[in-house]
Amino acid sequence: MDDSLALFIEIVPTLLAAVPVTLVLTFLSAVIGNTLALPVAVGSLSPHIYLRYPSLFYIFVMRGTPLLAQTYLIYYGLGELFPGTWVQQSFLWPYLRDGFWYAIFAFSLNTAGYTGEILRGAILAVPKGEIEAARAYGFSRFLIFWRVTLPRAIQICLPTMTGETILLLKATSLASLITVWEVMGTARQIQKVTFRVYEPLIAAGILYILMVFILTRLMMVVEQSINRHRLASV
Amino acid sequence: MRFVEGLVVTVEVSVAAYCISLILGLIGAGAKLSNSKVVRGIADLYTTLVRALPELLLLLLIYFSGADAIKFILSLISEDFEDFEINTFAAAVAALGFIGGAYMTEVMRGAILSIPNSQIEAAKACGMSRFLTLRRVILPQMLRYALPGMGNLWLSATKDSSLISVLGNTQDLLFMGYRASAVTKHYGFFYSVAAILFLAITIISMIVIKMLEARVNRGYR
Repeated sequence: MDDSLALFIEIVPTLLAAVPVTLVLTFLSAVIGNTLALPVAVGSLSPHIYLRYPSLFYIFVMRGTPLLAQTYLIYYGLGELFPGTWVQQSFLWPYLRDGFWYAIFAFSLNTAGYTGEILRGAILAVPKGEIEAARAYGFSRFLIFWRVTLPRAIQICLPTMTGETILLLKATSLASLITVWEVMGTARQIQKVTFRVYEPLIAAGILYILMVFILTRLMMVVEQSINRHRLASV
Repeated sequence: MRFVEGLVVTVEVSVAAYCISLILGLIGAGAKLSNSKVVRGIADLYTTLVRALPELLLLLLIYFSGADAIKFILSLISEDFEDFEINTFAAAVAALGFIGGAYMTEVMRGAILSIPNSQIEAAKACGMSRFLTLRRVILPQMLRYALPGMGNLWLSATKDSSLISVLGNTQDLLFMGYRASAVTKHYGFFYSVAAILFLAITIISMIVIKMLEARVNRGYR
């Protein structure tokens, strides 16, 4: 028990050092993925079948296959294309050799699919009357979308997005399987070095719980600030 | 052909894990709605912890601890089991079922709460025992509310089952993709095959879920 505790104290700084990697993975993937989700959601609601079907298909594929398979496909599949071509000599190579950017790429595409579907539902849930009111004021179609539909849709789907971001934070642990040393990867590395099974995993678990807790709190603040005018009226 | 075997293993693991998560979900939902503070506290701890931890971490943790626990128990019985190797399949199923159970608990809890209270009062007025109320009134009706959530959890169970390929020689779909591509160096092709087969599972599951939903809602159209 005592040496367990000693090991705990010994490994926590190493794991803490990996926390920023997990957070950056989550943050970048969330930002890129949610940005990509916007065209996906709008495309899936478009009257043109050439926009609608590809968008719906994209959502379906991203939601219908495991993230781990997508990550492997991107990491190994793209990885086999580049070596030996001009890319190897280009300035991009240091980035393309690193699993980190493949992980971001995979998680962003995946998030775009999931959030695209959520946003699609939220856009459909925006009350018709508000859009009609904007039209009565002579808003252009773009302005209606930008000033009325989108803000309302984001407001509607924000609680779901909080859950989705937490799922993303947890999903970044898969990056450890493509050689990214985030919290999970570091924990497994410590396992191999120290020959101890539980301590690294439990310590990593505690860190994940803390990160999820803080993220939930942060998102609550965001939700409150977006809904503040509603709270005030009550 | 090895991919078809992998497909079968993936479906087997998913079905077995899903059954465990159904049982755990029912128990968990009952515990969450219990009058006892202790029971509720344990159920809350279970769902909170499992839902806050990455599936991969939980899988490894349960996999290792389950193996150690069984080895420990066996070593108490006899020393013959010294080099007993735990069945990867069983350990993976137990771990995935344990994870799914936490999510299932929330689905079932919501479904039970959605049943109009008057139904349960009516059952009580008819003199039904608590168990009879559960069997005749609550369970049949909650299915209607729980099915969308249960369908989603089945879809994630099939996808989460791909994680077990991390454990080593699991023979599941993604593991087959991993091995085929490692041998032939055609990574893109074989991972695409694995992904398409996962997509096939999803398509078939979605059709079945649609049919089941139509069936449980047949009295409400």
